[in-house]
Amino acid sequence: MSARLDVSVGWSAGAFTLAAAFTAGPGVTVLFGPSGAGKSTLLSLIAGASKPHAGHIILQGEALFDADRGVNLPPEARGLGWVFQDARLFPHLTVEENLRFGLRRRRGRPAFIAPDDVARALGLERLLARRPRHLSGGEAQRVALGRALLSQPKLLLLDEALAGLDAARKAEILRLIERVRDQFAVPMLYVTHSLGETVRLADRLVVLQDGRVVAEGSLGAVLARTDLPALAERADVGAAVEGVVARHDAARGVTLVRGAGVEWVCPPLDAAVGSRARLAVLARDVILALAPPSGLSARNIVKTRIDAFAPRGDGSVLVRLLAADQPLLALVTPDSVSALDLRPGLEVWAVVKSVALEGVGRQGLASAFDG
Amino acid sequence: MSLALLSPDDWLAVRVSVVVAGRAAAAGLPVAAGTAYLLARGRFPGRTLLDALVQAPLVVSPVVLGFLLLLLFGVQGPLGGALMRWFGIRLVFTSAGASLAAGIGAFPLMVRTIRLAFEAVDPRLEMAAASLGAGPIDRFVTVTLPSAWPGLLSAAVVGFAACLGEFGAVITFAGDIPGETQTLPLAIYSDLQSPGGEAAALRLAAVAVVLALAAVAAAEVLAREARARGAA
Repeated sequence: MSARLDVSVGWSAGAFTLAAAFTAGPGVTVLFGPSGAGKSTLLSLIAGASKPHAGHIILQGEALFDADRGVNLPPEARGLGWVFQDARLFPHLTVEENLRFGLRRRRGRPAFIAPDDVARALGLERLLARRPRHLSGGEAQRVALGRALLSQPKLLLLDEALAGLDAARKAEILRLIERVRDQFAVPMLYVTHSLGETVRLADRLVVLQDGRVVAEGSLGAVLARTDLPALAERADVGAAVEGVVARHDAARGVTLVRGAGVEWVCPPLDAAVGSRARLAVLARDVILALAPPSGLSARNIVKTRIDAFAPRGDGSVLVRLLAADQPLLALVTPDSVSALDLRPGLEVWAVVKSVALEGVGRQGLASAFDG
Repeated sequence: MSLALLSPDDWLAVRVSVVVAGRAAAAGLPVAAGTAYLLARGRFPGRTLLDALVQAPLVVSPVVLGFLLLLLFGVQGPLGGALMRWFGIRLVFTSAGASLAAGIGAFPLMVRTIRLAFEAVDPRLEMAAASLGAGPIDRFVTVTLPSAWPGLLSAAVVGFAACLGEFGAVITFAGDIPGETQTLPLAIYSDLQSPGGEAAALRLAAVAVVLALAAVAAAEVLAREARARGAA
């Protein structure tokens, strides 16, 4: 069964026009963009809450919407789970009745996700008899996630699902979403304007700006592009490095992660040796040196080659570096560019403070971003 | 004065009133609910016209309403004639006709009450239900109605109380037949027309007030119980 979602839609309301095309596969596809880019609108078109003027939406080979063939399935027939920013639990039903609402209406789809497993994975066992009004924001969002999962969806849509929560609840729900992704193997389309959530969750990244998809691809490839204002103009612009936990060094108080041919010195990560870790290297935390520096407190010194420059709106320059094939970004001033005579092709040493590296599996990552 | 004790004639008027108003409220409720849902959620051409039509009885004199009903549902009227021919049903000067006449006047109040209740139901909850596989009727029954039912309850009570008090439309369309269409207001008026009938009129007026208050109180108790259960 292909998990593929194929979207190409046109829609407009007033002065706003959405003309977006992208595909999503298994795993987590993050739909990222600034507020007002049309992310939530696109999600509601996919869910069937609004109708596109043109185009098609194909999920696993089935047309949910196809303007040419006159297909427009109602939301209830699309087989999608939808988690909203506000939990939208049914107030007159208990938590357990809420959870089972979609399970009883799954329209013949096989029940491969069991209520007990969901209740355990999301920590809902003690809440089952409660009414939604007696739940905290984080609890309500956990129930909403469980309710959507139990409808046995072909695709789970999450619309800014963490936006209304405080930092601690966000971290908790993020971990649960990762657990859901790993345990239940439901493909997800995750809408957010948070780069931290994006780096944490995305397998595939789709960037939306002004109603248009301006980039899509693997997280690492899209994140390292310097030509996307939605990314490049952010204070927390950065690159992602896929790695594997090499070892924990308790004496030094660090974890070593091997990625892109480099052993990165990180703050202690709560992840087993050999497990996958994703590191975020923010451009503002990268210093460039023409020769391998010594006597620095910064622990990560990586030999790279300058690939390209991109001037930013605030006058600074975003430098794209390649460490072997691994792209990294560095933020420098035009003064540095001329003083060091930086130019494409030049070999430079990227210096990254170890504390600037944060990995998946620890709450820290989200804190590096969105600050 | 024997205020506390009702005469057999008084009891007859009370019974007729309760039957006429109860039937009108019960029959009117589903129709009012459907109309209110259309007005609250529907998007269709002619919605404004429907809205105006529903509100019309509020601003048209009850006597005019009764007269229009006579024209429509009289034995010679287009609808009344058809009912007579096909079903042998006659509404004019019958208890059912009194319910129709009373119900028409109360209908806008019922629709307005229910519509407010439907509009207070978050449409995003209905969207959530749809995303979980619930079709339109399923959504209405499992999400919209449970959230709106205190509104339906108060609409039934408001409708019942309004029907109890209806005078002009009932007397014009259904006449003033004791035991059949003579509801409390008609009986009170009739008592006032006869010499020495003030005592009877006063008794009936008291009963009318008590009946209306009892209905409102009962609805309040039911709604409170519903809220208490919802909070458990």
